[in-house]
Amino acid sequence: MKLNQTLVVVAGLAAALQIATAGNVTGKITLKGTPPPEAPIPQAKENADCGKLLTAVPTTQHWVVSSKAELANVVVVIKGVAGAKSTGDAAAPALMDQVGCIYTPTILAVQTGQKITVKNSDPVMHNVHTRPNVAGNDEMNKAQFAKGPDLTFAFSKPEDFLKFQCDVHSWMFSWVTVVDHPYFAVTDKDGNFTIKDVPPGKYKIVATHRKAAPKGMESDIEVKADGGKADFTLEVPAK
Amino acid sequence: MNQSPHNSWLHRFAVLTALATLTLLGIGGLVTSHGAGMAVPDWPTSYGYNMFALPFHFWKGGVFYEHSHRLVASGVGMLTMILAVWLWFSETRRWMRWLGVIALVAVVLQGVLGGLRVVWFKDQIGIIHATLAQLFFALVCAIALFTSRWWVERRPPARLNGGLEQAGSETGAPLRWLFLSTTILIFLQLIIAATMRHEHAGLAISDFPLAHGKLWPDMSDAAVERYNQQRMEVVSLKPITTFQIGLQMAHRIVAVMILIGVAACAWRGAKTQLRRLTFTWLGLILVQIALGVWTIWSNKAADVATAHVLVGAFSLVTGVLGCIICNARLAGNKTPHVVGDSQCSTIRTVSV
Repeated sequence: MKLNQTLVVVAGLAAALQIATAGNVTGKITLKGTPPPEAPIPQAKENADCGKLLTAVPTTQHWVVSSKAELANVVVVIKGVAGAKSTGDAAAPALMDQVGCIYTPTILAVQTGQKITVKNSDPVMHNVHTRPNVAGNDEMNKAQFAKGPDLTFAFSKPEDFLKFQCDVHSWMFSWVTVVDHPYFAVTDKDGNFTIKDVPPGKYKIVATHRKAAPKGMESDIEVKADGGKADFTLEVPAK
Repeated sequence: MNQSPHNSWLHRFAVLTALATLTLLGIGGLVTSHGAGMAVPDWPTSYGYNMFALPFHFWKGGVFYEHSHRLVASGVGMLTMILAVWLWFSETRRWMRWLGVIALVAVVLQGVLGGLRVVWFKDQIGIIHATLAQLFFALVCAIALFTSRWWVERRPPARLNGGLEQAGSETGAPLRWLFLSTTILIFLQLIIAATMRHEHAGLAISDFPLAHGKLWPDMSDAAVERYNQQRMEVVSLKPITTFQIGLQMAHRIVAVMILIGVAACAWRGAKTQLRRLTFTWLGLILVQIALGVWTIWSNKAADVATAHVLVGAFSLVTGVLGCIICNARLAGNKTPHVVGDSQCSTIRTVSV
């Protein structure tokens, strides 16, 4: 019993020490090439309910690129961190909302076991239908009434770009990447990302965008006590 | 011959059931074309309500298509039940009574499959559901044919009075086999189509007459990844796979084979009493091919894709009814200038 307590204390101290010496990994993703124009979604504006919530015909959001070619919605994951485990059970829930019959955000990343809270800010009924491809992640389909109570989802297996969709409004879909550790981030509208509290060491870092090439661009990174930096340039795929 | 006297009301009811089934097929096609199959997450209830009591304010977007499909399906189920009971108690042809029972079992099975597709999340069930729908439509149309005055009051089949041997296979057999083999091809095509639609991946090949810019598309992993990266999904679609590209190529090849088969039927049937049927069939297939091309060029517009499903169903039914008529080798040949007992036999003008 005493030995167990000692082990727990030692492990706790080691974890605290690791966090104390861990640094943030930052970087920027830029895009080379001109992406195709986004497609309009006329059916969203034509829909009797959703049309009232939209001021203009929305477009797809496959390529969110700034004027400086900075690419948003890239999932960046560090691989090879020794002993890295999901802290999803204790992590704050990730939030996904439905606003104007559009999912916000369109790309989300969570840990295995981490709760995903899906809100419905619309005065419109939706259904939230998950379409996993990895065994162990459950397909679910739940109704969510207009401004109804939040729904909660969680997935136990890592999976890239697990789809959430609304079958009432076929243009509504988003993706959630599920990672089995906490060392990941999604780039913001300026293409920036920050992965917090990465323990020092040499790792692989992988940047994945749904449409850009190459799929899962990999690079080496050395993280020191003061963190690390990794920039990527992804490309519009050649025809 | 144990033939029931013609019951015109029974026949009309069978036609009504066939028309209702056609409507159901159309709505079912719209459900899949709009990606609305899961818009009502529960079954047999609808959003927790008794299916028949779902308030109208729910009937929007994908729910409209899916819920309408459920209600019309219930109506077709009721019609089929009445038809089966009516056949059972009024038909003297034993096989017709059992045909009604088979139709009833099929419609119940079809309803259960539709429900299980929703609650079990299985695309494969959707494929079976779509295929059985086509078979059920063909079955109900066959029942409508068998209850028609034309069928009931036709002369006894040649097979029963020894005429089959007299007619010989030299004339009727080729057309009969052409009908059968082409109808089987159409059924195979409908299974391919159901698989394509119920994989929910949209157009695996988005161009025509080429396929991803080539006569035969590059189906390597790298190419498939590139196709997925390049397409701009407006509605929720699964990623394209090599299998789906292969399936769409098979769909195109089988379409050409069907066209050849039906054209051969029209050619061989041009001088028989089946002339009108075979040329109607050919017309349907040409319309169907045009709709298939339009489906691709319209990026799978829901109404066009659904029309493609319906004309496919008509094509199968025409083939099935043609096979039945051909195979029955009707003796009711009313044209004095025709020699032979079969409508499938080639006409031979007699000098008088």
